Amino acid sequence: MKGGIFRIYTIAYLVFLYAPIILLPIFAFNNATVIAFPLQGFTTKWFTQMWSEPGLWPALQNSLTVAISTAILSTVLGVLAARASTRYRFPGKAPVMGLIMLPLVLPEIIVAVSLLVVLLGIGVPLSILTIILGHVLMTTPFAIAILSSAFQGLDRSLEEAAYDLGETPVSAFRLVILPLVMPGIISSLLISFTLSLDEFIIAFFLGGTHVTLPVYIFSQFRFPAAVPVIMALGTLLVALSVLLLTIAEYYRRRGIAKSGGKDTGGFI
Amino acid sequence: MARRAKGAGAETAGGLLLIAPPAIYALLLLAAPLLLLLTYSFLTDGYLEILREFTWANYSEAWTNPLYRGVMLRSLGVSALVTAATVLLAFPVAYFVSFHVDPARKSTWLFLITIPFWTSYLIRVFLWKVILGYNGVMNAGLMKLGIITEPLTFLLYNVNSVIITLAHAYAPFAILPIFVALEKIDRSLLEASQDLGESKIVSFLRVTLPLAMPGVVAAVLIVFIPTIGDYVTPQLVGGPEGRMVANLIQLQYLRLDNYPLGSALAISAMGIVAVISLIFLLLTRRYIRGPK
Amino acid sequence: MIPKTPPASAPTMIEFRDVHKWYGDYHALRGINATIREGEFFSLLGPSGCGKTTLLRTIAGFEGISEGVVLLDGRDMADVPANKRPTNMVFQSYAIFPHLTVAENVGFGLRRQRLPKAELAGKVEEALTMVGLRGFGARAAHALSGGQRQRVALARALILKPKVLLLDEPLSALDKKMREQMQVELIRLQRQVGITFILVTHDQEEALVMSDRIAVMFEGQIAQLSDAETLYRRPNSRKVADFIGTMNFLPATVLNESDAVVEVEAEGFGRLSFGADQVADDGDAGTAIGFRPEILTLLYEGQAWGDREVSAVVEEVVYYGDMTYYDVRIDGSSKTVRLSARNVFGRPVFDRGVRVRVGWNPGALILFR
Repeated sequence: MKGGIFRIYTIAYLVFLYAPIILLPIFAFNNATVIAFPLQGFTTKWFTQMWSEPGLWPALQNSLTVAISTAILSTVLGVLAARASTRYRFPGKAPVMGLIMLPLVLPEIIVAVSLLVVLLGIGVPLSILTIILGHVLMTTPFAIAILSSAFQGLDRSLEEAAYDLGETPVSAFRLVILPLVMPGIISSLLISFTLSLDEFIIAFFLGGTHVTLPVYIFSQFRFPAAVPVIMALGTLLVALSVLLLTIAEYYRRRGIAKSGGKDTGGFI
Repeated sequence: MARRAKGAGAETAGGLLLIAPPAIYALLLLAAPLLLLLTYSFLTDGYLEILREFTWANYSEAWTNPLYRGVMLRSLGVSALVTAATVLLAFPVAYFVSFHVDPARKSTWLFLITIPFWTSYLIRVFLWKVILGYNGVMNAGLMKLGIITEPLTFLLYNVNSVIITLAHAYAPFAILPIFVALEKIDRSLLEASQDLGESKIVSFLRVTLPLAMPGVVAAVLIVFIPTIGDYVTPQLVGGPEGRMVANLIQLQYLRLDNYPLGSALAISAMGIVAVISLIFLLLTRRYIRGPK
Repeated sequence: MIPKTPPASAPTMIEFRDVHKWYGDYHALRGINATIREGEFFSLLGPSGCGKTTLLRTIAGFEGISEGVVLLDGRDMADVPANKRPTNMVFQSYAIFPHLTVAENVGFGLRRQRLPKAELAGKVEEALTMVGLRGFGARAAHALSGGQRQRVALARALILKPKVLLLDEPLSALDKKMREQMQVELIRLQRQVGITFILVTHDQEEALVMSDRIAVMFEGQIAQLSDAETLYRRPNSRKVADFIGTMNFLPATVLNESDAVVEVEAEGFGRLSFGADQVADDGDAGTAIGFRPEILTLLYEGQAWGDREVSAVVEEVVYYGDMTYYDVRIDGSSKTVRLSARNVFGRPVFDRGVRVRVGWNPGALILFR
């Protein structure tokens, strides 16, 4: 076995990382209202009960609206920024990119309260739209990180070759660049969607009376009786996230293979 | 010069045109709000409205009130501990993936490491509550093994649980930058070190570790800065003695409606984090400057 | 293979008139004046950073120029974008579109002509045949070897029948054998299609082998523009002489000088006189005489030599199989010079430390001053 103790340590670390996610479905199928061991037998009733939760469906609808809009907007902004930063030189590039990427390290609560202050200051009512504005701010840096590696892998002379062979900048983008970065775009859409779907603080601060799924879940934690249903809901959400991420990873790798590059690792 | 047209000018214009939408978005919805937050922190809180009068009162309140000061110090302490724990625990993982995993499988390992990070943070934190609680998984397990006879109470609703949960949440943020730095190390340098008579362990200390420092520094900052502003973890597993500055800010904004004080707390927290990060960068700059 | 140079009377294909290029404060092209003839195999040769690639890219239209005029077939290119120019390029990285097949790559530039499918396929196959890749059309582009990519890039550029084919260091990514093979093929291809080829290279041997004429560039300027033989035998400056092949220099002092003749005293060679056509610029390196290694002949014992000769000591011997290089110190000289000798079967290579006679011919020397 390569790696010896490092391998054992890493596997132990993965157990630590996965512990909550492994426990989630266990309790979701556990026939007890108290989330504790020992287990009380198998049931699917928490999943069926989910259907009749009154608050869940509007929250889900809100979340999907927010996540889809966020995914599209942040990917569009991400494509523009990634293309600009990998292909062009322009004055003020470093500070501008720094500002755009700032939410990556800025605590979400700071983003949330500063936006809240502005929105209330200029009298914009809190709504789904204001959540989207906040989420786009937060997911765009991730989109840029993914798309930059897609654009970075592009040999600039591919684009020049297309001009040289008679294409305009627009048709060269469509015929050469877009097909080559498409996997990155799909990956960016999926990641932004997943991040937005799971985001809590910004939605909590900027949503007003409009509740997204995480905000709904957070509110349910106060009622112990509601928790098993939340475990069931969480199981579905985690399964969805893992599915989307696997698809995103598939496209990311295919993108790298396509542009003939070398895989250097994960999303960030 | 009439013919200068299609040179650098067009290049600059193209870049600016592309960067304009995301840049304007960030200026309007990030830079401007942060400036407004700064402005608010100097305004006076009146009943139901904010008075446009300049004051230092919010800052003096934030810095002198023992309650706020205590929470601020605790936040810093928790962040520092979380950062240390996360980075130390993450290093061997990054090292394993970089040095001992077959290159073709590296991205699969990284994918496995990052998956938990992308799943609902809220639910992950809640499950830590389940794991660490009085009737939780940990206590049940330890009792079954006969290691303890009655449930441990120091696991949940205090600083310990906050640290464990945050160290879990920020793991990939620490692993990835260290991994990237380790990947950049030319493997022949290690062979050279051994060829020059150093053992594997000394080679690690004299070659690998210094060259991995930029990644470690990045990992420290990328964990330290956001953890101090974390809201969900202290709220769910921290209990009264595990509250951090984000909970305080939320309280001022959404419960007490004291925007100026909330803003002063937020700005203070960011300021402290920025200063500490800069000091840290200065202290470690000789490692970061290293070879490109 | 002796390149057949198009006559000087051949029509002009490209003309540079006082072309300057600035990148901010950096003066990349500093007044380029040159003409390239129709049907010529022309090389831009120079060290990296000399502006040769920039100059090529101004022809293609990827770089605008700051001052001056570039005329292509008599037409000012100032406002013609890259995609409207009758030039095509073979990129250094080949720039083969990785998401397309070989045939789709080769046919890429024909898209706008909206040809019927069969005609398009015919043209593509014809172009592939021309570069020796017949039947490769269906292959995925990323599965090709370096030499094959090179050929696809050539086919893709030539299928559009450009007036000028631009080649940006096309052989630099290939190994030595493959490079030599492609050199010969490129020459053949150029004769076959009769198009003006402009090659950028930093490899002086490649330029000498392939080109009808060569422009040697240093620091954004053309230092010398001539055919390969002139460039080698009559470099116009010490810098060019140093860059192309090996040139020995020995210090000299001017004794007398008239309009037609310069008389000098050179280390080891004594008094020499040079005609005006034998004088080149020394580039502030001091007056010196210069000669190529093969100009000196190492005389074996008893060999008769009809011209002048000097005596020298062999200090270093470098054996190359077909050739041997000797570093010898001519009596009365402060430094060694390198000379080359073809090895002949049955005649031993000289040893180090041996005293030898060296024959030479005053007409082959150059005076740098």
